[in-house]
Amino acid sequence: MLDATQKLHFYQKGTFTVGNRLVSDQKRAVQASIDRSNALTCGHRACQGCGEALGARYAMDAAMRATGGNLIAVNATGCLEVFTTPYPETSWQIPWLHSLFGNAAAVATGVAAAMRVKGRPEVRAIAQGGDGGTTDIGFGCLSGMFERNDDVLYICYDNEGYMNTGVQRSSATPPAARTATTPAMGPEPGNVFGTGKSMPKIAVAHGIPYVATATVADLHDLERKVTKAMSIHGARYLQIHVPCPLGWGSASHDTIRLARLAVECGLFPLFEAENGVVTGSQKIRRRVPVDDYLKPQRRFAHLFSTEEGRGRIGRLQRLADRNIAEYHLIDAEGDG
Amino acid sequence: MEHPFAISLDVGTSLANLTGSWRTSRPVYVDRLPPCNNACPAGENIQAWLYHAESGDYEAAWRTLTADNPLPAVMGRVCYHPCENACNRAQVDEAVGINSVERFLGDEAIRNGWRFAPPLADSGKRVLVVGAGPSGLSAAYHLRRMGHAVEIHEAGPFAGGMMRFGIPKYRLPRDVLDAEINRITDLGVVMKLNTKVDRVVESMRAGRFDAAFLAVGAHIGKRSFIPAGSAAKILDAVSLLRSMEGEDKPLLGRRVVVYGGGNTAIDAARTAKRLGATEAIIVYRRTRDRMPAHDFEVEEALQEGIMMKWLSTIKRMDEGVLTVEKMQLDEKGFPQPTGEFETLETDSLVLALGQDVDLSPLDGVPGLVINDGVVQVAANMMTGYAGIFAGGDMVPSERTVTVAVGHGKKAARYIDAWLHGAVYAPPEKHEVASIDKLNAWYYADAPKTVRPMLEIARRQSTFEEVQGGLDETNALYEARRCLSCGNCFECDNCYGVCPDNAVIKLGPGQRFQFNYDYCKGCGVCAQECPCGAIAMVPEEI
Repeated sequence: MLDATQKLHFYQKGTFTVGNRLVSDQKRAVQASIDRSNALTCGHRACQGCGEALGARYAMDAAMRATGGNLIAVNATGCLEVFTTPYPETSWQIPWLHSLFGNAAAVATGVAAAMRVKGRPEVRAIAQGGDGGTTDIGFGCLSGMFERNDDVLYICYDNEGYMNTGVQRSSATPPAARTATTPAMGPEPGNVFGTGKSMPKIAVAHGIPYVATATVADLHDLERKVTKAMSIHGARYLQIHVPCPLGWGSASHDTIRLARLAVECGLFPLFEAENGVVTGSQKIRRRVPVDDYLKPQRRFAHLFSTEEGRGRIGRLQRLADRNIAEYHLIDAEGDG
Repeated sequence: MEHPFAISLDVGTSLANLTGSWRTSRPVYVDRLPPCNNACPAGENIQAWLYHAESGDYEAAWRTLTADNPLPAVMGRVCYHPCENACNRAQVDEAVGINSVERFLGDEAIRNGWRFAPPLADSGKRVLVVGAGPSGLSAAYHLRRMGHAVEIHEAGPFAGGMMRFGIPKYRLPRDVLDAEINRITDLGVVMKLNTKVDRVVESMRAGRFDAAFLAVGAHIGKRSFIPAGSAAKILDAVSLLRSMEGEDKPLLGRRVVVYGGGNTAIDAARTAKRLGATEAIIVYRRTRDRMPAHDFEVEEALQEGIMMKWLSTIKRMDEGVLTVEKMQLDEKGFPQPTGEFETLETDSLVLALGQDVDLSPLDGVPGLVINDGVVQVAANMMTGYAGIFAGGDMVPSERTVTVAVGHGKKAARYIDAWLHGAVYAPPEKHEVASIDKLNAWYYADAPKTVRPMLEIARRQSTFEEVQGGLDETNALYEARRCLSCGNCFECDNCYGVCPDNAVIKLGPGQRFQFNYDYCKGCGVCAQECPCGAIAMVPEEI
């Protein structure tokens, strides 16, 4: 055991951190570089500790490196669009377009087609939006983009609701979560335990070349997935889990911690799929019960005050357990 | 400028929007005190030298280490490493093997012949150091590097003090000790052996010394009155260990009993075993958990076949036979006699009942206060007589090599200030980087490296070193297990995790800066800093 560990080039401080002074620049995250593009720069109006602002810079900077700066981004309506581009200011340091709430996938398809026609195939297109613009409003356009296998990477920043307009429920809002439209009252407080709508699974079902989930809590994994996505042509889908301090009722400094706990409890599985087949998943490093993830969020506070609430936590735990089994998030030995 | 339809303003950048005004608390970079540094009696900056070691720059590591402690190869063998007991990593998996890396650095320095930088200028002041043990050597080293002329007067025939005459060879090989002492004398410290100081004030006057540092070790074994027949062979542990340094090895016989429960008792019993005793028994009046000896030493002794007899006091000794009374612990944990007696066959009895300091050099010095056999000193290590400082075993403190080295450094700083007519003000200690200030999730799992041990048969018959050292590969590995508690190690986490791009990376070795024009004060950087080097402080609003 010890010998095996020591044979590894052991840089314990750099395994999970953004950078590491002991390894070459190529082995560090894009975010560690002084020369990162800062595609989304300072002065934007996102809330303190915004997970989406962070996720967008992570993904775009990685894509900028992967494409050598030949990148055009199309944005759906949503927080990301609103807080980065209050007229006439912009926080984007890349070519960036916004059209409507629901048509980002279609607009990006057009951008890719235009670049092809102009003889600039090296210029790549990315569409991005929140979960509302993806799983609800933009669903039709997105499915079409998938099914035609258009050369677009679609990135969904999943903060589990319509946060910009005042925290309304979306089809990505988890069961039991309190939102403005699913108040914590009545016999079924918070969002319903519906059937669920997994956009990554829907994307896999389209058989597109590449689908992945990522999180702001695991930068190395996120950048690897963006880089891989940009190395592939055709329709690709990436869903990034981005905690929202405002909508979730969490402390602004807990954004990354919550994203990490979502992975570690099993509620947000990290996996990849190619051509309709799941090819791998990130193992849980230190498993925690869902309570650890739910407790710091006020949208789940009602679960902790009643006996029925405890029962609902149990149901959420079963969802997590199901993910762990389905995506093999824990090694067979059981210690992760 | 002509604008397209419905466009009335040019595109501007959000950099015009100074979001720093939203902030109610601000992140600041701090250097907190790592628990290892806080626990080190020699005041080593452990985190700092591990920082160099983990990048493979062993010389820089050694130079940082020796800025505080000139004896790393000795320290890496005999220190009881309170640093490792305090290490935050113990709460993640196991403590960092600080002591083993220290030994590696010390051995590297000897192997490569690294030397100390000489003082830049001579101060013209002269300091007398009495005693060439760890405390005296440490003080001499620091004073010399501060530019003072230093003379060590040592009563014994060799330098090293209790490191040579109290610590057996199997724990501290003498070539290692000699190498580290020679490096100090190479700095220009004058070593006068076989020079006992009888009257310190007179010695100072005769040698025109401006100050003196007294560092006499506790090398007089305490005797306890044990009624004994004329043929009974009784000696004390300190004398036994000292005689191991001479030509004639002591004759102890086949069966040896050692009386006492401290580290010296263990050393004496293990030495007896190596000298050929078939039975070496430690008799102690209390139980193992109440022994003052360190548990790993007890464990090593047991491995070597040393036997322990708990809850026993020795009442008398006749030729070849000891009379022992059984004890029992009362509610307060004190041993009380039971009136039950038994006998124990033995050829010799070694008393390891504690040690005293020879305070005769201080006879007649006015103003000195001596309590319980030790000299009272003020916070600046100065005795009641102006210009005479004291440290090590002869002042009230724990008696270990590391504490002694720490005293030497501390005293040197105060002596230096005193010689310049100033007062040394120690810098204020930073807040301790306790485990709750860290985000340990970022550290990869890595078990501690185990140091090789000499095989038992050779431990029972030779004085070869028991514990081995690390090689370059595993020393590097071990150094990289350091969490760098409380001190930035440039992992780029703050730079990466800021949602507002408000951390400026200044480049290798330059750390980072906050851009308070845009920092909204969310606190993600502080939360995600692995080592606790960022604090959030409220803004004045």
